[in-house]
Amino acid sequence: MEKSIQEENNIYVQDLCKQFDGFSLDHVSFQVPKGRIVGFIGENGAGKSTTINLILDELKKDNGQIHIFGMEHTIPSVREDIGVVFDECNFHDVLHASDVEKILSGIYKSWDSSLYRQYLKKFKIPERKPIGSFSKGMKMKLSIICAMAHKPKLLILDEATTGLDPVVRDEMLDLFLEFIQDEECSIFFSSHITSDIQRIADYVILIHQGRIIFEEQKDDLVYHFGIVRCGRERFASISPEDYIVHRTTNVSVECLVRDKEAVKRKYKDIVVDNATLEDIMLFYIKGGAA
Amino acid sequence: MEIIISNSSDKPIYEQICMQVKNLIMNGSLCAGEALPSMRALAKDLHISVITVQRAYEDLTRDGFIETVSGKGSFVAAQNKEFIQEEQLRVAEELLQKVAEIGRAHGISYEQMTNILKLFYEE
Repeated sequence: MEKSIQEENNIYVQDLCKQFDGFSLDHVSFQVPKGRIVGFIGENGAGKSTTINLILDELKKDNGQIHIFGMEHTIPSVREDIGVVFDECNFHDVLHASDVEKILSGIYKSWDSSLYRQYLKKFKIPERKPIGSFSKGMKMKLSIICAMAHKPKLLILDEATTGLDPVVRDEMLDLFLEFIQDEECSIFFSSHITSDIQRIADYVILIHQGRIIFEEQKDDLVYHFGIVRCGRERFASISPEDYIVHRTTNVSVECLVRDKEAVKRKYKDIVVDNATLEDIMLFYIKGGAA
Repeated sequence: MEIIISNSSDKPIYEQICMQVKNLIMNGSLCAGEALPSMRALAKDLHISVITVQRAYEDLTRDGFIETVSGKGSFVAAQNKEFIQEEQLRVAEELLQKVAEIGRAHGISYEQMTNILKLFYEE
């Protein structure tokens, strides 16, 4: 039997709308396929957390469809298979890691005590110490461990790696890649630190002012996109259909191109640099304004 | 299986994986029928995305170096090494013919060309 598009994706969002005072999410559509890591990037206030809260039904949507594991996202049983990490640790300061387990094992039917202990050991989190005495990195690690210890099929992280030092971030990337060894599992992961996403994400979605700007395979972004740097005169000779956005500085013009090899072939001796995810994000967001 | 990825290389990571696996097969380090690590396991070991590895494996399959059996994994294809080498030599010949034409037409000396080729070989 053919699987529907909703069933092939762990998250399926179509035409999602939400209106606030002064901000709106405007027909947001994207997918998180099974077995993939999808990075969700955008500046602060672009609508990342709003989107995540709508998916989790913490906020009520005005319009549109959200399916998780092929089911309506409001069905309570869906939540059992999702692990969520927000940018702040929500555990009370006086609790110990072992207290947290007592609480969470009561909430999640599939809570795995031995897995939890294994993770605590691996990431050197003490079981009997008040969480209030933890560093920011330790708190974040504990939140991520808690989100994974009930063996979810979908992990949603909102700015979860932001406060972590490079060593811990690397350990987390390891954990995430371990998580998707199971082809049914996926990770949806918002961040404004694009280097983590550049490393492990399969797909990247850019959101800006409540709208999805692009949804692309990461490899296509980092290997095909490029930045042309040239003088104004040279820039005038470049056909507008060959670049996506450009910005003019006092000394030169820079433009973002979709296919750097094609541009190199078409315009001889032109300087085309590789573009990082961060470059691409900045170009789309700032556009010609810079 | 040893694979070394350079992040500063201009070559995309999937191309680096693809070339290194081909190399391991051609020099006999990987034998026909031998299992390759699963795409997900290799992605984890290299700390890169699964799709990147998948793309390398797809290219390897297309070029006849590996075979993927769904549910079982990927294996080094049983092929004739000499045959592949001969075929690739033909491809190289064609490209070199172009090089010679460009050189002749623009007065680039044979020495200059061979020096460039030598440089690339040593890279």
